[in-house]
Amino acid sequence: MDKLVAQYSRPPHQNEFYSEQEQQDLTESLPPLSLKFAMPPVDNSASFLRAMTDDHSNPSCPIKLAHGTTTLAFRFQGGIIVCTDSRATAGNWIASQTVKKVIPVSRLSRGEDKPTKDPTPGLLGTMAGGAAVSLIYSLMGDETGDEMEAGPEDCQYWLRYLSQQCTLHEIRHKRRITVAAASKILANLTYAYKGYGLSMGTMLAGVTPQEGPALYYIDSDGTRLPGNLFCVGSGQTFAYGVLDANYKYDLTEQEALDLGRRAILAAMHRDAYSGGFINLYHVKEEGWVHHGFDDMNPIFWKTKLDRGEFSNVTSEL
Amino acid sequence: MASLLDHTARGETVGYSFSQSAAAPVKQHGFYPYTDNGGSTLGITGSDFAILAGDTRSTSGYNINSRMVPKVFKIGGDDETGEGAHIILSVVGFAADGNALKERLDSVVKMYKYQHGKPMSVSACAQRLSTILYQKRFFPYYVTAILAGLDEEGKGALYSYDPVGSYEREQCRAAGAAASLIMPFLDNQVNFKNQYIPGSGEGHALEAKKAEPLPQDHVKQLVRDAFTSAVERHIEVGDNLQMMIATKDGIQEVYHPLKKD
Repeated sequence: MDKLVAQYSRPPHQNEFYSEQEQQDLTESLPPLSLKFAMPPVDNSASFLRAMTDDHSNPSCPIKLAHGTTTLAFRFQGGIIVCTDSRATAGNWIASQTVKKVIPVSRLSRGEDKPTKDPTPGLLGTMAGGAAVSLIYSLMGDETGDEMEAGPEDCQYWLRYLSQQCTLHEIRHKRRITVAAASKILANLTYAYKGYGLSMGTMLAGVTPQEGPALYYIDSDGTRLPGNLFCVGSGQTFAYGVLDANYKYDLTEQEALDLGRRAILAAMHRDAYSGGFINLYHVKEEGWVHHGFDDMNPIFWKTKLDRGEFSNVTSEL
Repeated sequence: MASLLDHTARGETVGYSFSQSAAAPVKQHGFYPYTDNGGSTLGITGSDFAILAGDTRSTSGYNINSRMVPKVFKIGGDDETGEGAHIILSVVGFAADGNALKERLDSVVKMYKYQHGKPMSVSACAQRLSTILYQKRFFPYYVTAILAGLDEEGKGALYSYDPVGSYEREQCRAAGAAASLIMPFLDNQVNFKNQYIPGSGEGHALEAKKAEPLPQDHVKQLVRDAFTSAVERHIEVGDNLQMMIATKDGIQEVYHPLKKD
């Protein structure tokens, strides 16, 4: 009988520790390189990739990928504002005017992109034309919000990878990942692929109990920077101009939303590679809230005619 | 970060992490594995259907190699005729890559059905296609793909892709050689871009016309008009128009003749 009991019962804490394999998986900071990716049969795959896809150094390259963007995120007293344009260009061709450059990253928040009054728990990331990704993550108690933005091709894929890692972290540790840790997963990843020709510039933002509101910039060079305010993409200088002039940490929620929208509007107006719709998010303790995906044209004319800005532009011929 | 910071990036460098000398001449690569086989594809969705269409001409350079090479495929069918499929895929660009991509997605969707005992949803298939394309991020498929079917609510669903898997759900999309001819037409006729309601206001107060799902017959006519017009102005488009219509009753395939010159 004792033998039977011993066979079918286990000490209560037997599975308390990680196996050697699990420990290795957990501490493995670099993802397996090139295991999943097909490589061209040439010595220098990066120069092959450039010859085929870089319409800059080679305007007649056969595969034109979408780039160009303006994305911004800043921390303020009431959380984090994330705002992007929606244009993707391939050479001079506007490939799309409706790109969703803010991507929810965590498992619980993924999917819905409808404007809602209630905060959605989970992470958000952002992507900027071929080159930029930003991710926002907010977490408080049981609730988290993630938002992220990325350059279409690389950002979309790697933010999904990050989403998977964040979900696994949550299952293993029974708590949400911090923005610092999530951003480091992404930065380790881009650093591991340095020189392969990835092109992304991302912001990751979120609110966690451990960190409060946190914002990180990560790019394909392997850069990872915490900060209060970032603009990424071809229109970033124009957005910085507006943001730096009007930014202060004590902005009210409405002022912060208006500033984010106004900075993107300025970039859309001056940068030919930015345009389309203004995509606006607010990340706070309870999660992220979507504040609209609005056509820039009526907003531009309203800003000009009602507030007297853009006086450089005449309203009549 | 520096590479992403400079706005003059567009003029000199993109944000690549490898060094780029602006003065360096364009390096001719000995390894050139791609051919552009021309042609064009187009997809439009409605409230209870999705249409994918493509011409059937195959070119390389100025030569017309064939007048009957379909670009639209049924995905996940029970047999080689595609019977029982509920997802359609169009590929335009390099036909060999397109064919390889189609075969891969087809086998993935079939395996999903065998393993899970239910057909793959269009949204799941769309995500899978993105991953398949990205797996060749460093040696891309030279294709522009469009995937269509009906979503979980029975509404028309259409997903468009770039060569390395960046994707987006849309109402309509034109791809391939004549995309720049067809897409502006679609913006105006499907999404009613730059159309306003007459008499709704003066100047900037004029109200924009709201886009709404179009009936199937109207969409079919738009597709035919888009292609007959593209054929008039693009040398790589012509011969026949292939159209696949996904509805709750399955997939219907129709052909229309186009000009052969």
